[in-house]
Amino acid sequence: MSRRPFVRTVSTTTWWLAQPRYIRYMAREVSCILIGAYSGLVVVGLLRLSQGAAAWTGFTDALQTPLSVGFHLLALAFALYHTTTWFNVTPKAMPLQFGEFQVPGSIIIAAHYAGWLIVSALFLFLSGV
Amino acid sequence: MARSHKPIVWSLFAAGGTFAAFITPVMIFISGLALALGVLPAEALAYERMVTLLDNPIGKGVAFLVVFLPAWHAAHRLRITAHDFGIRADGLVMAVCYGLASVATVLTVFALFRL
Repeated sequence: MSRRPFVRTVSTTTWWLAQPRYIRYMAREVSCILIGAYSGLVVVGLLRLSQGAAAWTGFTDALQTPLSVGFHLLALAFALYHTTTWFNVTPKAMPLQFGEFQVPGSIIIAAHYAGWLIVSALFLFLSGV
Repeated sequence: MARSHKPIVWSLFAAGGTFAAFITPVMIFISGLALALGVLPAEALAYERMVTLLDNPIGKGVAFLVVFLPAWHAAHRLRITAHDFGIRADGLVMAVCYGLASVATVLTVFALFRL
């Protein structure tokens, strides 16, 4: 007589709701939907720009509607989450070692944040803020 | 041994994720919030200024990377995440994700050449 095997029932679609850290993992993964959608918006912008001044003005007008602002706020929240989660794993993704000296993870992370501030400031400067 | 496309999509995922981490937040702020909230003057994104910014090899190159890398990063991560949501039709998911990223890439090149 064989024992009935124990089968743990885990939903393949809602498993990530079980624990806060699973939800944080999914939030990080889902950030790609917003980043992808924003890439699509930039593609539309470039196409409108290539169609001339009137098309471009229509596009920048559309960027100032409440719907657009709402989308950008959501996208910004997920993009910032992507940035922080991405930088925080850099010591594991690309550890730095010089001879015997292992560069501390905190320095690798801090260097990324510093670079991020410089790049962001450069973009803001170029846009005229 | 069968050749795998994994190194290509994975390197695009890594490069795109890094690029998106550095530039996507500030891009979103400029295009979607700074203009609408009046932080930027209306003429900052004026047609002539944008064309001047993009009508040279450096501007075109940056604009291409701004779309291309994050798009392929998003496509690859979405394909993997679909599995986490219980979708097992990887062939179809792959076609949709990489297909959308391909369309975005082609349209970007088209727009930049027509500029």
